[in-house]
Amino acid sequence: MDAIQAIINGKEISAEPGMTILQAAKANGIHIPTLCDHPAVSPFGACRICLVEAEKNPKLLPACTTPLTPGMVVFTNTPKVIEARKAVLELILVRHPLNCFSCPSNGKCELQDVAYELGVKESSYADPGDTNTSHEYEDANPFYVRDLNKCILCGRCVRVCEEQAQYHAIDFQGRGIRTSIQPPVGSPIELSDCVFCGQCVQVCPVGALSEKTALGMGRPWDIEKVKTVCSYCGVGCEVEINVNRKTGKIANVTTNYSSPTALNKGRSCVKGRFAWQFVNSEDRLTTPLIREGDTFRKASWDEALSLVAEKLGSIKERHGGDALGFFSSARCTNEENYLMQRLAREVMGTNNVDHCAHL
Amino acid sequence: MALYRAHVLICHGTGCASGGSPKVLETFREELQKKNLDKEVLVIATGCHGMCEFGPIVVVYPEGTFYSQVKPEDVAEIVEEHLYKGRIVNRLLYKEPISAQKVCHYKEIPFYGKQHRIVLSNCGYINPDNIDEYISRDGYQALGKCITEMSPAAVIEEMKKSGLRGRGGGGFPTGLKWSFCAASPGNKKYVICNADEGDPGAFMDRSILEGDPHAVLEGMMIGAYAMGADEGYIYCRAEYPLAIKRLQTAIHQATEYGLLGENVLGTDFSFDLHIKEGAGAFVCGEETALMASIEGQRGMPRPRPPFPAVKGLWGKPTNINNVETWANVPRIMLQGAECFAAMGTEKSKGTKVFALTGKVKNTGLVEVPMGITIREIVYEIGGGIIGDKKFKAVQIGGPSGGCLVEEHLDLPVDYESLTAAGAIMGSGGLVVLDESNCMVDTAKFFLEFTQRESCGKCVPCREGTKKMLDILTRITEGNGKPEDLDTLQYLGEQIKATSLCALGGTAPNPVLTTLKYFRHEYEAHINEKRCPAGACQSLLRYTIDPAKCIGCTKCARNCPVNCISGKVKEPHLIDQEKCIKCGACMANCPVGAISKG
Repeated sequence: MDAIQAIINGKEISAEPGMTILQAAKANGIHIPTLCDHPAVSPFGACRICLVEAEKNPKLLPACTTPLTPGMVVFTNTPKVIEARKAVLELILVRHPLNCFSCPSNGKCELQDVAYELGVKESSYADPGDTNTSHEYEDANPFYVRDLNKCILCGRCVRVCEEQAQYHAIDFQGRGIRTSIQPPVGSPIELSDCVFCGQCVQVCPVGALSEKTALGMGRPWDIEKVKTVCSYCGVGCEVEINVNRKTGKIANVTTNYSSPTALNKGRSCVKGRFAWQFVNSEDRLTTPLIREGDTFRKASWDEALSLVAEKLGSIKERHGGDALGFFSSARCTNEENYLMQRLAREVMGTNNVDHCAHL
Repeated sequence: MALYRAHVLICHGTGCASGGSPKVLETFREELQKKNLDKEVLVIATGCHGMCEFGPIVVVYPEGTFYSQVKPEDVAEIVEEHLYKGRIVNRLLYKEPISAQKVCHYKEIPFYGKQHRIVLSNCGYINPDNIDEYISRDGYQALGKCITEMSPAAVIEEMKKSGLRGRGGGGFPTGLKWSFCAASPGNKKYVICNADEGDPGAFMDRSILEGDPHAVLEGMMIGAYAMGADEGYIYCRAEYPLAIKRLQTAIHQATEYGLLGENVLGTDFSFDLHIKEGAGAFVCGEETALMASIEGQRGMPRPRPPFPAVKGLWGKPTNINNVETWANVPRIMLQGAECFAAMGTEKSKGTKVFALTGKVKNTGLVEVPMGITIREIVYEIGGGIIGDKKFKAVQIGGPSGGCLVEEHLDLPVDYESLTAAGAIMGSGGLVVLDESNCMVDTAKFFLEFTQRESCGKCVPCREGTKKMLDILTRITEGNGKPEDLDTLQYLGEQIKATSLCALGGTAPNPVLTTLKYFRHEYEAHINEKRCPAGACQSLLRYTIDPAKCIGCTKCARNCPVNCISGKVKEPHLIDQEKCIKCGACMANCPVGAISKG
């Protein structure tokens, strides 16, 4: 299909058919602020921050859900649009705490960004006499904390859980001002279908969800992202190790939903995202060890591998190949496991091959 | 078929049924049997007559004698006097509120005089649980005509010509809507009947479903044929158990008669119909939330486009109309579009059913031609204000609508006029308010409702209505600030402009219209800490007139918080700090020395 021609803020743009106004603007370098939209999940139209004006349309349109049509003339920053965005933002800020100093999301908070862009410091509607809801700080599980007082109900977590993780462990609950994101009625997160893959934490635009393991490990501006492949298992998910430049240590692990090279397309599991503490563990072995009597001594790889080869060779000579068994790990890749079974069958002459993942 | 010399029609709508009409019916059968009249007089349970205020209602045919507020103990007298001796029981006749005259016959009652009952024409006349009675009143003739003589395109053309507009509140032309769904590609399509009537005080759709369920079924089938759908859902709120029961019976009977299911009336047209019970969320009346609810998801609206006609239930092209719209369809197809279009105004055709409630003498269900004035509805059909108090406003369109005032009394009721005046047609809720109603309190009531029913998805509706409600609460409690009015106005306009669905988009209307027409009432609350209507309890002050007080101490003895002091035979005094404004003193004062204001 032919590209769609339209005009945004007086600039002629070209977009792929089916694109929303927001996607087309982004593809053409035009910024429209938003809070509920995220590239990893389907458009939702809840936060109303991305409202824009279009010619011949008396209503404000949400850029995230409105398809761009040929010849459309869109304005993303008219006074009417800015006024509406400010009103909506101030309504969000009525209940959102402004204690950003201690918030783990300070510096990467998208609500902060939108407030900064619109020049809104606080809500003019907030009133100490207001009756508002207050939620308890939830930190019973070892992986992430929920502070629903900060939640802006953008629904990203609900959508990423349903669409990416495909668990649908949480959803909107309650009505009106009592609406909140919860697992099925009455059960805490720990007893729900949640598998703690942590994708909800990553897409949360504010500090309502934060990684427990990352608390105090580094501020967003201290972080350097190192793209790598997760070593936890053989699947080969692409992850980003977030290293604190000041300490040189890992702060947390994230994924990139728009990475063209990631076979996991941004998805993660609980181990890949939260189980990285072994990297800097004091118990971690960093060199091969050779047993001598009741003790171990450090050795080089060459020495260790030579010793193994020699011992394996002598066992085979004395008792035959079937005296040996080869046991591999699910943490190895398919290629590594393939090589190991060739070593067993072709070099050592045995079919005694097994691994740990058949539990 | 056996012949009967008389028919006793007993209303079994929700109003009359809760007033005891099933017991009345049972007693009729017993009494008739005692008198050996059970082979001569047939007793029938019908749908709603509309005059719910005066239920249980019993109409005796052939003459059409209209008895109101009939209790089981009255039945023996009706049987003995009316059915045995042929003498009308005068004391049970309906008393006309304006002239205070007893009215004998159905058609002479002014409540019905101005009405034009098209959609409600079967309600109260037929037994809704008996398909034969519907068929005897030309039921399913329109369906037969459409599927055997007309092409789907011709049916849609006829609907367009009729000028029927959606009765659920939006007022979108029905024929045009059908044409979108018909033109939408796909070999699986759905039609849905929106029976999730949720406006406070509205019961139009319930009465139609209870009184004439087959009309809705027939309308849906005609629509399905026209749009190429073979499956339908009726989304009915679970709070309407009687309507659901009657629909189930209707579906069962229609299926037995070959009017529903495979190859309807021997044609190629097949149609399956399901009932889906809603779980009581107001927002599920919004079409995208309704479809999400049918699919088993949380009832939460989604942005349009895509419109249901393109991507609706289970992602298939879907057409949604409300109960009253569907019920209009068979009449239009049977009598012709011209006949329908002859009623009403230029842009609003046909009739509209309203649930007339509030401070009028005759509350109930009324069906009026479009273009009738509000004055005619309130004063002629409604019989005027209770206690002949002063008319203040009508709230039209429920929580999404607005109020209209005295200057609008002669406004014609049609989509355009109402919208221009700041209200909406809505689904048909019409609440009449008198001088004792506080408009700030009324606006607060509706906002409490919308805030409680907001699905919580979009910011303006969730947070904004709460903010407005907080301000209104503050004002009614005497803590309003002068700048509150500008804030209310501004927030109201922004919420309208930025909300996702019509719930939020219309929620500020009650506030905005009352601000427009009753700003002085808001100002009195804020500046003078006074509620002119005397309705806001926090602003009430009970005072004792020392000149009238005889010092009998009755007030002090009845005060639950002991805030009245004074010696015997000397004027008493109320401590305003302690007073909880319960009104016990005023109710007990023998000399009327206590006033509130």
